Amino acid sequence: MVAIGLGHYLTVAAILFTLGLLGIFLNRKNVIVILMSIELMLLAVNINLVAFSTHMDDLTGQIFAMFVLTVAAAEAAIGLAILVVYHRNRGSIEVEDINMMKG
Amino acid sequence: MILQALVFYLFACIAVASGVMVIAARNPVHSVLFLILAFFNSAGLFVLMGAEFLAMLLVVVYVGAVAVLFLFVVMMLDIDFIRLREGFMRYLPVGAMVGLVLLAELTVVVGGHFLATGFGGAPAGALPGPAVGEITNTEAIGRLIYTDYVYIFQAAGLVLLVAMVGAIVLTARRREGVKRQRVADQNARRPEDSVEVVKIPTGSGV
Repeated sequence: MVAIGLGHYLTVAAILFTLGLLGIFLNRKNVIVILMSIELMLLAVNINLVAFSTHMDDLTGQIFAMFVLTVAAAEAAIGLAILVVYHRNRGSIEVEDINMMKG
Repeated sequence: MILQALVFYLFACIAVASGVMVIAARNPVHSVLFLILAFFNSAGLFVLMGAEFLAMLLVVVYVGAVAVLFLFVVMMLDIDFIRLREGFMRYLPVGAMVGLVLLAELTVVVGGHFLATGFGGAPAGALPGPAVGEITNTEAIGRLIYTDYVYIFQAAGLVLLVAMVGAIVLTARRREGVKRQRVADQNARRPEDSVEVVKIPTGSGV
C-alpha cells in the first residue's frame, strides 16, 4: 500500500465528486453553495484526467484538464453574474423562488 | 517512496476534509475559504503526479480568480443565510443515499478496471510521451497546445471572451437619478443650442 498508484488518485477524485453531488442535494436552497459544489465536481474530474494522463504517459489528458479549467472559470463567472442580476431584481436567491418561468 | 505516500495521504486527507467542510459549513464565507484549501491541496496532488504546470494553473485560476469572485459575490449580496440553511437535515437522507450509490458505482468501475487489467503500466496504445527529465512538463504542454491543439486553444480563449462579455452585459446597468458627466453630449453642444440672443428695443425692458 506504500506505492501510490493510479487507484489512489482515482479514489480521491471519486470521493470529491461524491461530495460535490452531496453538496448539491444538501444545500438545495443556496445557489452559491451549489455553484461551489459544481466546482468541486469539476476539480474531481480534473484529478481523474491528470491521473490518467501521467499514468499513461500521454499529455493529452493534461491539455483536456486545462480546457475543463477554462470552461469552469467561464461557468463560474456567468453563473455568479446571473445570480447578482437575479438578486438585484428579486431580492432573494432561494432556489424555490426561482419559478417565474413555471418550469 | 514512503515520503511520497505520506505527502499523498496528507494532501488527500486535507482535500477531502475541506470538501466536506465546503458543503457542511454554516457560513458561505467559510465554504469559500475551505474551497480554496481544497484547491490548494489538489494542486499539491497535481505536483505529486508530475503535472506542475496544471498545479500552478489551478492555484492561479481557482484561488486567484474564481474563489475571489465567489468571495465578492457572497459578501456583496445581502442574503439571509440562516433561512437558506433550512431543510438541510430534510435532504440529508436522500442526498446521502444518492451519494453512497454513486460512490459504490464509482468503486465498482475503478475496482473492476483494476481487476480486469491489473495495476500494470501504460497500455500498448498510449502515445509515448517525452522521457522524464528530458524536457519540463510546462515545455511539453506548450509544445502540444501551440501545435496539435492550437485551434482548441483559440476556442478556449473565445469561450473566456464570451463569458467576460456576457458577465459584463448582465451586470452593467444605468442607474436612474445619478448625475454624471456625459462627455459626448458636452462635445455635441453648439453655441446655437445654448446661447439665446434677444433683441430688446430701447426703453422697453426685458
